[in-house]
Amino acid sequence: MIAHFPILQVIIPLMAAPICLILKRPKLVWLFALIVSGLAFSISILLLQQVMTSGVISYELGGWQAPWGIEYRIDKLNAFVLLIITAISTIVLFAAQTSIEKEIPKNKHTYFYVLFLLSLTGMLGIVATGDAFNVFVFLEISSLSAYALIAIGKDKRALWASYQYLIMGTIGATFILIGIGLMYQMTGTLNMQDLSQRLPEVAQTRTVFTAFAFVIVGICLKLALFPLHLWLPNAYAYAPSIVTAFFAATATKVAIYLLIRFTFSVFGLSFSFTTIPLQTLFMALGLLGIFIASTSAIYQNNIKHLFAYSSIAQIGYMIVGFSLTTVAGLTATLLHLFNHALMKSGIFLALAAVMYRIGNVQLNSFYGLGKQMPLTMAAIVIGGLSLIGVPLTVGFISKWYLLVALLEQGWWPVAVLILLGSLIAVIYIWRIVEVAYFKEPLLNNKPVKEAPLYFLIPIWTLIIANIYFGIDTRLSVQVAEAAAMSLFEVTP
Amino acid sequence: MNLSLTLMLQLAIIVPMIATLAIIATGHKPNLREGVTISTCLILIYLVVSLYHGLSSGETISAFWWELLPGLTISFAIEPLGMLFALIASFLWLVTSCYAIGYMRKHQEKNQTRFYSCFAISMGALMGLAFSANLFTLFIFYEILTLSTYPLVTHAGTEKAKKGGRIYLGILLTTSILFFLLAIVGTWLVAGTLDFKLGGIFAEDVNKVIAGILLLLFVFGVGKAAIMPFHRWLPAAMVAPTPVSAFLHAVAVVKAGVFTMLKVSIYIFGLDLLAILPTTQFLLYLAGISVLLASLIAMRQDNLKARLAYSTISQLGYITIGALLATSSGVIGSSMHIAMHAFGKITLFFCAGAILVTLHKSKISEMRGIGRQMPITMLAFFIASLSIIGVPPTGGTWSKWFLLTGTIERDQFVLMIILMLSSLLNIAYLLPISFHAFFPNISSNNKLTKRLGGDIIFARDQITEAPLPSLAAIVVTTIACLVLFIYPQPLFELVSTILTGRE
Repeated sequence: MIAHFPILQVIIPLMAAPICLILKRPKLVWLFALIVSGLAFSISILLLQQVMTSGVISYELGGWQAPWGIEYRIDKLNAFVLLIITAISTIVLFAAQTSIEKEIPKNKHTYFYVLFLLSLTGMLGIVATGDAFNVFVFLEISSLSAYALIAIGKDKRALWASYQYLIMGTIGATFILIGIGLMYQMTGTLNMQDLSQRLPEVAQTRTVFTAFAFVIVGICLKLALFPLHLWLPNAYAYAPSIVTAFFAATATKVAIYLLIRFTFSVFGLSFSFTTIPLQTLFMALGLLGIFIASTSAIYQNNIKHLFAYSSIAQIGYMIVGFSLTTVAGLTATLLHLFNHALMKSGIFLALAAVMYRIGNVQLNSFYGLGKQMPLTMAAIVIGGLSLIGVPLTVGFISKWYLLVALLEQGWWPVAVLILLGSLIAVIYIWRIVEVAYFKEPLLNNKPVKEAPLYFLIPIWTLIIANIYFGIDTRLSVQVAEAAAMSLFEVTP
Repeated sequence: MNLSLTLMLQLAIIVPMIATLAIIATGHKPNLREGVTISTCLILIYLVVSLYHGLSSGETISAFWWELLPGLTISFAIEPLGMLFALIASFLWLVTSCYAIGYMRKHQEKNQTRFYSCFAISMGALMGLAFSANLFTLFIFYEILTLSTYPLVTHAGTEKAKKGGRIYLGILLTTSILFFLLAIVGTWLVAGTLDFKLGGIFAEDVNKVIAGILLLLFVFGVGKAAIMPFHRWLPAAMVAPTPVSAFLHAVAVVKAGVFTMLKVSIYIFGLDLLAILPTTQFLLYLAGISVLLASLIAMRQDNLKARLAYSTISQLGYITIGALLATSSGVIGSSMHIAMHAFGKITLFFCAGAILVTLHKSKISEMRGIGRQMPITMLAFFIASLSIIGVPPTGGTWSKWFLLTGTIERDQFVLMIILMLSSLLNIAYLLPISFHAFFPNISSNNKLTKRLGGDIIFARDQITEAPLPSLAAIVVTTIACLVLFIYPQPLFELVSTILTGRE
């Protein structure tokens, strides 16, 4: 049983998805999806434990040996990402049934869960697999279900947003496929481990350069790295809130994982960063992303838009850490991966609660909300403080590691820019705080009650996690550090 | 009760935090709520005084809470400077709470529960800050203090209060995240530790330029010390209710700033290193300019609270100068000035608040002749002014004496002249207020008298003092100003052990 965990991790949600169609009754389907996701979560915990104690797990699909058959390869890095994805999906699903009541037409509730589970399968598959072509397959599964999930709500603007995402996402996926194809042409293998050994032999060919360029650009599209981020704000803002909460915490994280996987494991450090000036490019794009996206966030009146832009900025931080190509830098990126998932899913779930009660998330609706929905608003404030990077929250831990990583390399000016970026976060968070706590409700705003428990429990689980992992950093730091170190060992 | 000192140290931080919950829980019963506040104050004073006795009997008191990241711990240790700060803060919290009860009720302020609970949180943060054993712990409580005082500044909820709050939070967070945090991470990388250690934590052969830059970052980063050009938050914070201005912006927040400066000078850099850093001289002059300019701006303020705010900025400059002088007299002068200025300035603010609630006056030009209506208040104002200026028979004399000695020891004659000039300016902007209050008709400015004309001839001379709790608070702090002149030994003994260490 334990030996099969790598495949079970992916296959359980995949098998569960069609079963949802049979169950039909929304409440039942919800419960079923929740259990499935919880199961996936427990598997990911066990996998992480196993990886941390006894090293890499290699699983051969159908018993076919590795370079020929498909291999699932769980190391510290993807065990960590699997844990993040399944944890967030479970917590988010808890609030799903209540949230979609108002945002998705009744006859589509079952489909929502089907799509949700498929999307989960896709993400888990991308992360778990050790086969480059498999990555593309799962990428398509997760993307296609994502387009549908975004468009499933009642908000008509979501159709256009989803369409935009579809175009950009398909271009991204196609690029990745072209890249993988070129690699296959040069090496004759699709197994990542095998690729990493064979690519150096042909590294100086134009084909490999082209393959690299296609893969990286494709991933960056998925990643919403500035300036390829244009699809993200609308997709996040108009998707059903629960979908936003899930994607904000997981989808871009998976893309970051892919980026790390392809640059570090497949192409190898020396190729990715020495042959090609990826370092400077990514540092510049990361910083630009931080500033431009944070500044855009200030001017948003739709709060989901606001936090969507903030997500793009946060990706910038991860990319800056990544671009340092040091153990400390990569640790900072991985930590932020984890920490940002906690913050953003907490905040977006709280926004889902606001959406549930008020029906929109325009800044105008937040007037005086501090008194009407005290617990929900407090969650947004704490999440926001975490985003800013106030001590005793997870945001501070990420920021600390990123600063240490930067100063270690003597990047003082960049460190200053990073801190300036987090100050912009103060501005956009405080716009909400001022309105919610220091304004009376507008006249035509109906008085509302606090969000139901189905929201409050997952929201506060995440918010407490924000504080808990900001104080007890053993788990996150240990795993992130171990994962970062193992990546550097792979490519000496 | 026989609690171990370690436990007491932790209780001193936790008790105010717990009190916050109790205050929120009893929010609907104002009397009970205020009872909670006052009893917490008393418990805190008991704890702090016991700790003081423990410390002076030569015990080492420290506590360890949690290791956040490898090598970065939240831990506490008591040394004389922090003890002094904790003593002042806990005592003045009690006084301020008495004052606040009178003030807030008379003024019929809204959201009083939020007010008292935030006050309690900031008090807990202050205790944590005073007792912190390393820079990291200090930083955490520094930020908690910023955030927990924000609702107090914006208490009124008006457009003006929100604008003030924005400036307050903006400057304090900007400086602390942009410079302070960077300085801390820099120190961590250069020195490998953040623990406070007498004589500094940097190696002998540390690169002087880098250490100099770190010092620069620290001075700018500790925005609470209000060194120009990062002083604007203090006048902006004056939109807060007067008890907040009095306690937080004459004692707690600003003193947390200069306290941090002193801690960094003594325990991170060490006086020997500080004296030879290339940026020290520049920062000394910057602080000098801050002292002088703030005094000059204070002269031109007609709003009493704004004038007091600028006066605070100027006085904070004195303390920073004392820390940066890197001599024992400088440090002693600075530490004593933390106490002296605290008592003097809180009295002045109390008086300003008393005038506001009883006579509804906030402009100095309107305050001529009010000495007849509020004789006790204005007498207190006079004595506290003397203490700020630094003339006998008030406590301010001593601290200014040591500060001047410090400048002479270092041959900083320019600074000496600046300090003396500023004292003259203090006279010019503080004394006329109480002077005109008692003798409205003797005026240096005849035009003004003419313009205000009739107002100055009093229709009613009956005495209308502030509410009793507030008045009592004023009297207590005024007496403290006088007592500190006659009997400064305990204070002096405490601060003179800062540099000798106890081990």
